[in-house]
Amino acid sequence: MKYSYYPGCTLRTKAKELDTYARKSAEALGFTLEEVENWQCCGGVYPLGTDEVATKLSSVRALRDAKEKGQALVTLCSACHHVLKRVNDDMKNVPKVRDAANLYMGEEEPYMGETEVLHFLEVLRDKIGFEELAKKVVNPLTGKKIGAYYGCLLLRPGQILGFDDPENPTIIEDFIRAIGAEPVSYAMRNECCGGYISLRDGEKAQNMCDAIMENAAGFGAEMLLTACPLCMYNLNKSDKLPVYYFTELLAEALGVKEAE
Amino acid sequence: MQRIGVFVCHCGSNIAATVDVKRVVETVKKEQGVVHAEDYPYMCSEAGQALIAAAIKEKNLGGIVVCSCSPRMHEATFRKAAERAGLNPYMVEIANIREHCSWIHKDMEEATEKAVILARAAIAKVHLNSHLQPGESLVTKRALVIGGGIAGIQTALDIAEAGYEVDIVEKTPSIGGRMSQLDKTFPTLDCSACILTPKMVDAAAHEKINLYTYSEVESVSGFVGNFSVDIRKKARFVDMNKCTGCGLCQEKCPSKKAKSEFNRGLNTRSAIYTPFAQAIPNVPVIDTESCVKMKTGKCGLCEKVCQAGAIDYSQKDEIITEKYGAIVVATGFDTINLDQYGEYAYNESPDVITSLELERVMNAAGPTKGHLERLSDGKAPKEIVFIQCVGSRCDDHRGKPYCSKICCMYTAKHAMLIRDKYPDVNVTVFYIDVRTPGKNFDEFYRRAVEEYGVNYIKGQVGKVVPQPDGSLLVQGSDLLDGKQIKMRADMVVLATAIEPEAGVRKIATMLTASIDTNNFLTEAHPKLRPVESPTAGVFLSGVCQGPKDIPETVSQAGAAAVKVIGLLAKDKLLTNPCTAESDTLLCNGCSVCQNVCPYGAIGYEDKEVNDHGIRETRRVAVVNSALCQGCGACTVACPSGAMDLKGFSNRQILAEVDAICR
Repeated sequence: MKYSYYPGCTLRTKAKELDTYARKSAEALGFTLEEVENWQCCGGVYPLGTDEVATKLSSVRALRDAKEKGQALVTLCSACHHVLKRVNDDMKNVPKVRDAANLYMGEEEPYMGETEVLHFLEVLRDKIGFEELAKKVVNPLTGKKIGAYYGCLLLRPGQILGFDDPENPTIIEDFIRAIGAEPVSYAMRNECCGGYISLRDGEKAQNMCDAIMENAAGFGAEMLLTACPLCMYNLNKSDKLPVYYFTELLAEALGVKEAE
Repeated sequence: MQRIGVFVCHCGSNIAATVDVKRVVETVKKEQGVVHAEDYPYMCSEAGQALIAAAIKEKNLGGIVVCSCSPRMHEATFRKAAERAGLNPYMVEIANIREHCSWIHKDMEEATEKAVILARAAIAKVHLNSHLQPGESLVTKRALVIGGGIAGIQTALDIAEAGYEVDIVEKTPSIGGRMSQLDKTFPTLDCSACILTPKMVDAAAHEKINLYTYSEVESVSGFVGNFSVDIRKKARFVDMNKCTGCGLCQEKCPSKKAKSEFNRGLNTRSAIYTPFAQAIPNVPVIDTESCVKMKTGKCGLCEKVCQAGAIDYSQKDEIITEKYGAIVVATGFDTINLDQYGEYAYNESPDVITSLELERVMNAAGPTKGHLERLSDGKAPKEIVFIQCVGSRCDDHRGKPYCSKICCMYTAKHAMLIRDKYPDVNVTVFYIDVRTPGKNFDEFYRRAVEEYGVNYIKGQVGKVVPQPDGSLLVQGSDLLDGKQIKMRADMVVLATAIEPEAGVRKIATMLTASIDTNNFLTEAHPKLRPVESPTAGVFLSGVCQGPKDIPETVSQAGAAAVKVIGLLAKDKLLTNPCTAESDTLLCNGCSVCQNVCPYGAIGYEDKEVNDHGIRETRRVAVVNSALCQGCGACTVACPSGAMDLKGFSNRQILAEVDAICR
């Protein structure tokens, strides 16, 4: 099985391991991530201006590229996933944006939001299946108590992202179970880490992350798991608990972490 | 050719501001058969009706067209006026130039043209109207009340007091409804049971009232004055005549793990149970899902201890058929399901409860014997947060768009009672608006704030976070201060939106009573006929029609009773003459009409017919005009065009269409 793959800028710089371990794990699980050629930055933030089109074009190009190959588009970074998924929804359901974007693109056949956008975790859940994944685990992380940290970008707005129940998500907990560890459910797992506010008011982001860490540790988590480079950046300012990308633990469980 | 008069109403400015009524009058004067046309500011007024009557007499009119509001509003008014002037009331047609024209258009030119066209259609129809005569049907002098809460009890008592027989059908084992679950009632703080149980006893003891508890309406047929209802009496497995209500069976029952419905699942009950101590009738039922005897055949302890020999494991459901003249829906409400509201941690923490659950916690007969304590660890709370509008006034798919109306007052009540009994407990209320219109209501809320020191914060709560130490972190906003609030709480109480009881859709369907998008039953007119359903003979009492508190429910229950009494006081009702009839020469007896008739009004007979000199016996459809409601389904379904509806014949409808397309 082949998927188009949109890594995004951060996975080339600060979050290289999120990318590397995902590719290794994918091969171990029997699917290939084919990087979209000449992909451009998604912009990092979904533009909320209703007349904003230009900043959505890079996403549209990637989505279109996947459509031409007849593949679903897989993402890893929460921010990229959020932007691509929402732009795709615009192309499907918001005629004003769709028409303007297609006009800019100038291609013969308009893009109508046909591509399926999948987060890597959704591939694991919906395409591979967590039960199948569990069967392929060679190095189960038995005994590790892990708190899933969702953040907000993967979950909301719930109806567009369609990732999981935005208030009580379970997908990362199910993932943790599949790799043999013990998920620790704590209330603040879908609280915001502060996001980009850390650039302007580092203390505020720090306070938000401290509260999340404290809540998770209080319920017995020994480490946190995330899919988002920005969450990782913010959470790492707080040294209460170690934070890992989910792909790193996946690669470890599949026994491919050290593979070349 | 009829001599027709046309009367165009201004409806003040409602019609005249958008439709040039003078031009309508001048234009319709040219229509065939129109010998009189005039306009008047308020045609429905006494002077307007007099104008119509005078014209009928002076011009010897054979039919009239009133261009005015919807026929649902004033058709009856104008028919009566015509009848008084000696014209058959079915020679009156309404052209709806208000709802169908002036209210929905802005352009006067277009609206006037449309008004003329609508008038023209009505004129074309009147030409073909015939002098219909209503029939008569007898009224069964007995009423059915569906639901045995305070609404149903009050309606039944009022009808019974007027001397008519009433049956109450209640689906749970006891009457009493939601009110029996409440601890105290606002704004006087008297105990709910103290004011309700005497009424329950009155209802049970009244010679004109008959209770069918643990029973449900199975099917309804018939029409106003003549309903026939099947009632399913669910098997109690306890003989109502033998049981003395001693309670020994409940005490000895070994299966005590079923969740108590009465206590909102906060504690458990035995498999054989009465929902609460003051239940009426005081006869238990056996819950077959929890009963050991029912599940395994072994046990039978209740039968052994019952001195009266009342236990009967072989009892079966029983269907009773009863005739009624009127039916009152009083099915009440429930709180909404909170699964969609994950942010309040209701499913995660036992210390987050709904207000109705708090009623049970505060009640001496409740799961905590009336002690205010956390359900997780039994500790006394020091900090309680109330969250208002949980699911009410909500504009997304999760909640309800309406205000549940009772929450502001019961929250003020809870806050006040807690501060009064436990002065060391801090109480905070998060609200969007405090809505307390009602006699002594605002004074009550202000007492909570001013005398009892309840802390009201304008703002919504975004999240309730269970903490590792067992407390709850409440994150909200204070809109007046423009601040984010994070506070610790030991208990959180959710003022959960109310919605009509789950079974109401089914009941409305059986009664062909209309229901709105929120499952509230629709009233015949929102202002002028608030306790009647648009379906004749069906009346509405209590929250099934819209959110209400107890005083309002009791008032509406009384009003519904008055309407029922007014109906039952009549010996006969005039029936609608606009019923279907079958042309025996065209009918081929195919049964299609019988299959589509929702009222079971069509049967078949072998009739001798003379078809162009050929005499033969044919199977043909016959309409029972007493049962036919004139819906017209059969006329559309009939493949040979034999079925026609009097007053709305195919010829009349096509004449209207022709007039519109002319």
